[in-house]
Amino acid sequence: MKEIISNSAFFGVFISLVGYEAGLFLKKKIRHPLVNPLLISIIFVIVILVVLNIDYERYHQGAKYISYLLTPATVCLAVPLYEQISLLKNNWKAIIMGIVSGVITSMSSVLLLSLVFGLSHEEYVTLLPKSITTAIGMELSKETGGIVTITVTVIIITGIFGNVIAEGVCRLFRIHEPVAKGIGIGTSAHAVGTTKAMEMGQEEGAMSSLAIAVAGLLTAAGVSVFAGLM
Amino acid sequence: MKYLRQLGIIMVITFMGEMLKEVIPLAIPASIYGLLLMLAALMTKAVRLEDVKETADFLIEIMPVMFIPAAAELVVSWGILQDILIPVIVITLVTTVAVMAVSGRVTQSVIRFEKKRKEKNERNNK
Repeated sequence: MKEIISNSAFFGVFISLVGYEAGLFLKKKIRHPLVNPLLISIIFVIVILVVLNIDYERYHQGAKYISYLLTPATVCLAVPLYEQISLLKNNWKAIIMGIVSGVITSMSSVLLLSLVFGLSHEEYVTLLPKSITTAIGMELSKETGGIVTITVTVIIITGIFGNVIAEGVCRLFRIHEPVAKGIGIGTSAHAVGTTKAMEMGQEEGAMSSLAIAVAGLLTAAGVSVFAGLM
Repeated sequence: MKYLRQLGIIMVITFMGEMLKEVIPLAIPASIYGLLLMLAALMTKAVRLEDVKETADFLIEIMPVMFIPAAAELVVSWGILQDILIPVIVITLVTTVAVMAVSGRVTQSVIRFEKKRKEKNERNNK
């Protein structure tokens, strides 16, 4: 049995999809924001790998074909953005100010908390790009001397957490404008958060997609300044 | 053949994004160049919406699944992460809430401020 699993190119894709389907099923049954299909599928896959004692490498040789689609899918985020381009034209001032304030909040709160916890410079720069899209975050971590594997993990955790709490945060802070919801989610939780914004509505989704790109670029511009602060 | 052609167009633009990444020496991933290229192509009508629409919607819909493999890599990075687990968790939770709240609230405040100003202007013009 283990031989078959280890050599299969489809096993990784199979358990990922089963995990996600299980997540979708549970979400329908139990309507709670913590019952998040992405979160459930990740836990499902990790449990399977640990319980059956399967190497991540074995899983990844099949599952990498799912990740392969991530770049073209990100490119496709331009489509909902284009469909809602009038939102961008009408609200560009608010959008720019919202994303800039979010990016500054992200890096300065990481700085502050790193000081509080007495983290090393290496650990600090590892966490600095945590709110932005993995691809840019990895590059920035590498450039500033961070530990890239941890950066990637933290970015993913941020995204999942943002995805799970998005509705709650918008309610708690009384963010009602769809544009503002999308900008908040995209700036804080990149593409993983954006999938939640897409569920909330077309306007939210389009603005969240826009925020991924703009927040990523602004962070890339600001990270060297912040890296020098600690 | 519609979906194949749509996928083809998306892949061409993705590939162009990769080429741009090679040429421009900045820490910007191919996917962001591709996103900007796709947006430019749609706005200039070089690509029409119906040339990519259904396949793009499909890829976006299944996007959450694409994050599962990277997230499951936690089983590998767990060892290094363990040492700084508490600070990492606290920092992740606090900053994510803070950033979402600040950028959302700022955006909303400016939208409402602009709306009010416009209404005021219209009233004054009457």
